Amino acid sequence: MIRSHMPALRQPHEPPALHDRAMDNLRFIRETMERASAFTAVPGWGQVAIGLSALAATYVAAHQATPKAWLGVWLAEAIISLLIAGWLMDRKARKLNAALFSGTGRKVVFSLSPPMVVGALLTVVLFRAGMVQVIPGMWLLLYGTGVVTGGMFSVSIVPVMGICFMLFGAAGLFVPNLSGNWLMALGFGGLHIIFGTIIARRYGG
Amino acid sequence: MARPATVKHEAHKGHAEKQKLRGVHGGAPHSAHEIDRIIHERLRLGIISALAANESLTFNELKHLVKTTDGNLSVHARKLEDAGYISCAKSFEGRTPKTEYRLTSSGRRALERYLDHMEALISRMRKS
Repeated sequence: MIRSHMPALRQPHEPPALHDRAMDNLRFIRETMERASAFTAVPGWGQVAIGLSALAATYVAAHQATPKAWLGVWLAEAIISLLIAGWLMDRKARKLNAALFSGTGRKVVFSLSPPMVVGALLTVVLFRAGMVQVIPGMWLLLYGTGVVTGGMFSVSIVPVMGICFMLFGAAGLFVPNLSGNWLMALGFGGLHIIFGTIIARRYGG
Repeated sequence: MARPATVKHEAHKGHAEKQKLRGVHGGAPHSAHEIDRIIHERLRLGIISALAANESLTFNELKHLVKTTDGNLSVHARKLEDAGYISCAKSFEGRTPKTEYRLTSSGRRALERYLDHMEALISRMRKS
């Protein structure tokens, strides 16, 4: 290892390089902390919990008589998932010194929320048009998009999970006679549980 | 007569040796103006920063995060451990050994001191 040299700090006039190096050191610390927190910014076991709640939601939704009630169940599930994810991220942020690593969380939220908003708007449009059958594919596709972009700041398995969601979504939109409930169960349930377990086991948290 | 002198000499030699070691291996700063050499080294600063953002990290996670080799990481992690800045717990997961590192409270304080130091350097430069 090459030891970096730092002139004695007692010198009366520090050269500008020392100031630059201090800035560089601070940047290095911040970047390392951000990278390190990205490891578990997506809590693996939290994803498993979200996946399980999605399986329960699929069961309840499949027994609803009207498309409106079906949609209502999934909206409730979306809120539950957000609460689980939000609670876990908040817990994590409290445990760590939040001031220095707020960057990662912000990046994830900013890259996940635009596709979520688009999904919400399209849900309204498609529901009004009576095209409820394409909604699961659209949801999976857009959620996958958000996970791919948000996962760029995390470990490489996260974007892979996003791509899987996108594939499921594309299948839902283009493969005829595919059951929406099965897609939701396998996508939001299965993929979350499988990838959540891998992330938790391999990366901890 | 000769005995106490030898003891004194030995003690003095020990102290000088320690001072020298501080220069070589880094050591806690003697005064507020001096930089903490243990943390100042890039790889060790990386280890401390990564651990500051996580409750604990395994050897492999840490290696991946600071982008270094097994040998390098164990040498530098050992130095931080010797300084009491990080703690290391070894266990078995099935048959594979697992080494887990954590930042100690004195390690966290050392990082805070280091951050203060860097900030002071920057603000002093801005003023002048």
